[in-house]
Amino acid sequence: MAKSAKLDAKTPPGPLDQKWDYYKGHVALVSPNNKRRIDVIIVGSGLAGASAAASLGELGYNVKCFTYHDSPRRAHSIAAQGGINAAKNYRNDGDSVFRLFYDTIKGGDYRARESNVHRLAEVSTAIIDQCVAQGVPFAREYGGLLDNRSFGGTQVSRTFYARGQTGQQLLIGAYQALSRQIAAGTVKMYNRHEMLDVVTVDGQCRGVIVRNLVTGQLERHSAHAVVLCTGGYGNVFYLSTNAMMCNVTAAWRAHRRGAFFGNPCYTQIHPTCIPVSGDYQSKLTLMSESLRNDGRCWVPKKAEDAKKNPRDIPEEDRDYYLERRYPAFGNLVPRDIASRAAKQVCDEGRGVGASGLAVYLDFADAIKRFGKATVEARYGNLFEMYEKITGENPYETPMRIYPAVHYTMGGLWVDYELMTTLPGLYAAGEANFSDHGANRLGASALMQGLADGYFVLPYTIGSYLSNEIRTGAISTNTPEFEAAENSVRERISHLMGVGGSQSVESFHRRLGKIMWDKCGMGRTKEGLTEAIGEIRALRAEFWRDVFVPGRPDEYNPELEKACRVADFLELGELMCRDALHRNESCGGHFREEYQTPDGEAKRDDDDFMYVAAWEWQGENAEPELHKESLEYEVVKVSQRSYK
Amino acid sequence: MRLTLKIWRQGGKYKGEFVTYQLDNVNEHMSFLEMLDVLNEQLVARREEPVAFEHDCREGICGTCSLVIDGRAHGPMKGTTTCQVHMRHYKDGETIVIEPFRAQAFPVIKDLVVDRSAFDRIIQSGGYVNVNTGQAQDANSIPIEKDQASRSFDAAACIGCGACVAACPNASAMLFTSAKVSHLALLPQGAVERRQRVLSMVAQMDKEGFGRCSNVKACEAECPKEISVENIARMNREYLAATFASEKV
Repeated sequence: MAKSAKLDAKTPPGPLDQKWDYYKGHVALVSPNNKRRIDVIIVGSGLAGASAAASLGELGYNVKCFTYHDSPRRAHSIAAQGGINAAKNYRNDGDSVFRLFYDTIKGGDYRARESNVHRLAEVSTAIIDQCVAQGVPFAREYGGLLDNRSFGGTQVSRTFYARGQTGQQLLIGAYQALSRQIAAGTVKMYNRHEMLDVVTVDGQCRGVIVRNLVTGQLERHSAHAVVLCTGGYGNVFYLSTNAMMCNVTAAWRAHRRGAFFGNPCYTQIHPTCIPVSGDYQSKLTLMSESLRNDGRCWVPKKAEDAKKNPRDIPEEDRDYYLERRYPAFGNLVPRDIASRAAKQVCDEGRGVGASGLAVYLDFADAIKRFGKATVEARYGNLFEMYEKITGENPYETPMRIYPAVHYTMGGLWVDYELMTTLPGLYAAGEANFSDHGANRLGASALMQGLADGYFVLPYTIGSYLSNEIRTGAISTNTPEFEAAENSVRERISHLMGVGGSQSVESFHRRLGKIMWDKCGMGRTKEGLTEAIGEIRALRAEFWRDVFVPGRPDEYNPELEKACRVADFLELGELMCRDALHRNESCGGHFREEYQTPDGEAKRDDDDFMYVAAWEWQGENAEPELHKESLEYEVVKVSQRSYK
Repeated sequence: MRLTLKIWRQGGKYKGEFVTYQLDNVNEHMSFLEMLDVLNEQLVARREEPVAFEHDCREGICGTCSLVIDGRAHGPMKGTTTCQVHMRHYKDGETIVIEPFRAQAFPVIKDLVVDRSAFDRIIQSGGYVNVNTGQAQDANSIPIEKDQASRSFDAAACIGCGACVAACPNASAMLFTSAKVSHLALLPQGAVERRQRVLSMVAQMDKEGFGRCSNVKACEAECPKEISVENIARMNREYLAATFASEKV
């Protein structure tokens, strides 16, 4: 237990629904004239990063924001399609802050921290107000007021959306707020700069080492606090719906410097993605969950019908398996359940398409009921995207879809204030582990990213920075910065110097296959044990035989990729370890040994109702497990049922 | 299928020239960028330097990918980014010419990669609503007519890729700039600052070295999000109105 004392969640006192108010009323403040003397570094410019940088800049802090993209507007938040949840209850359909909180805890299979999730639900309504004021063009009704749609895992319509491009419009809103602060001089923006290490001085995080991706030069930047808004690590699977450059490097480097990694094995496999078509494939494309509002998932009842034209399969020979198994939620069950159900019918040999790894998502009934024009207005751009990629017209023939890695609930462990176990280092958005438990509900990632950046960090970071007002400017001309820069330089020259025979890409692809086969939708003790051995061997082979072309002191995308893959090769092992130690199934973590007779995830609350936070112990040493036990004061814990 | 690629190389050992590559076994289901991935893997295997090109989401929304393919920004298909072009639109034995986006305001960094930060500076000059975090009123206190909101959205769909500039013989950024001016001017939230906004953004656009608009409309034809030149007309109107009405004139 002494070890677990390291994990103080700093949950404020009082009843759950008053904790955040209490916190805001009691947190230490930094006066405006002192804010000017305090430097904050934000790494990443997605929803969490851009909104945090803009908001902290507005407050008067000196902010530096870093992105590896050519512009902060490119971050992968932009690709989110479906929407953003908020407990506005504009539909009068019974929604409330409590319901959004409850749905999120239940959706996460009772593996998230109550206090954080309740705060998220509380600030959700302000996010919509803020975004509308910025000019985000949300969908509207004829009366001019905002429209909503429903999403998986809920029985109310609380999702605000902007066609199928909600993430784009929200990110552009945050990008514009950030641009305004850049123009005002409160935020200095560093495009094409990638963070490769954090710098600690006397146990506090004091800055970062970044690489200028155009010149290859390493730079030192100091700050009184550093915030990582660097997204998730789904690309450890090689094929995922993440953008090509998404990576774990910033979070992983922080982990190696003392930040604990929370629940690394919690991965979200999204049920509706375009199936894999060949070995050359570089990424997978998501089809928004909103499609399950009107599309019906089915496969043939008989395996021998799997190769038939779907239109030739009569109604009575189709198995609408989600509607059959989960009549209360039907096609709108949460993502983990929909994904597993798709895998099960495909494992039974009833999967469709050339590979047999696909199910149909059929809009024929919706088109009959509402007309093609309405379906087009709702999903037109998604249908178009599907047709561009597959060459098939979903108005005429059902879509073929299959689950794919989409989001990682795990991430750096943070307390109520979003601070990691490394003092002065914060993590926000997908980069932290905090709000989604073992499974994230649809339209909640955008909510969390913006909640953290606009409404949580601006308060909580002051708690730490109020003790920094006498620190003064932090020099980068110190042994700690020099040592950190040297270790990055040595690592890069080591990578460049291997001079082996295999490409970075080939290692990444092999790692992805191990992860997908053994740490993907279904996990077993044997598979995970094998995977750990295979990843260790692959990592050794990488450092022995990788080939990185070009030079370190120039624009070199292959070198960027090599640094990221090297970190994935370490993370993958930790994910497998975490999955192996968690002898239960919960949310997106499905251990085949632990399931109910009808194939649902079987939790073990007596032994595993905790956050697993892993502490780095050095290369090739076993990481140390710390546990933050989860106590549910308000929610009654039960077996999740969507039947 | 088998293809011949003529690719612009610039930087490192290349002064700026087309280099020809042969590529066999191209699969028709590949995306255009996956085809370039295959080429790069072969180059790396031969210990040659891979072709630098930018890309990220590969879903047509982040705006990172670019390329002028056979003389057209984002390739042959209407309303489509390069990352969404698939090889089924090409024939066996074809030659494909691949160049970077060319414009004075978009300097080449390496091979097919250009610097588009001029676009960021145009947005920084006024492409936002002046509202601080936490100041907002209830979202439904600002009703907006559905069609009006929809027109604003059509302009807001811009992904900032720069194809409009690459397509324009004058390398003008009028479509990009006008899309942001329109997005905000069409909404009550943005209308408050419309006059100062259009003046600042046009001034910044000119400062960056983009050319003038001469109504060629190639920008609209090549825009992967099919942003209409109506936005340019609207920006001209906004600009004129601001010039005559602004107290700063």
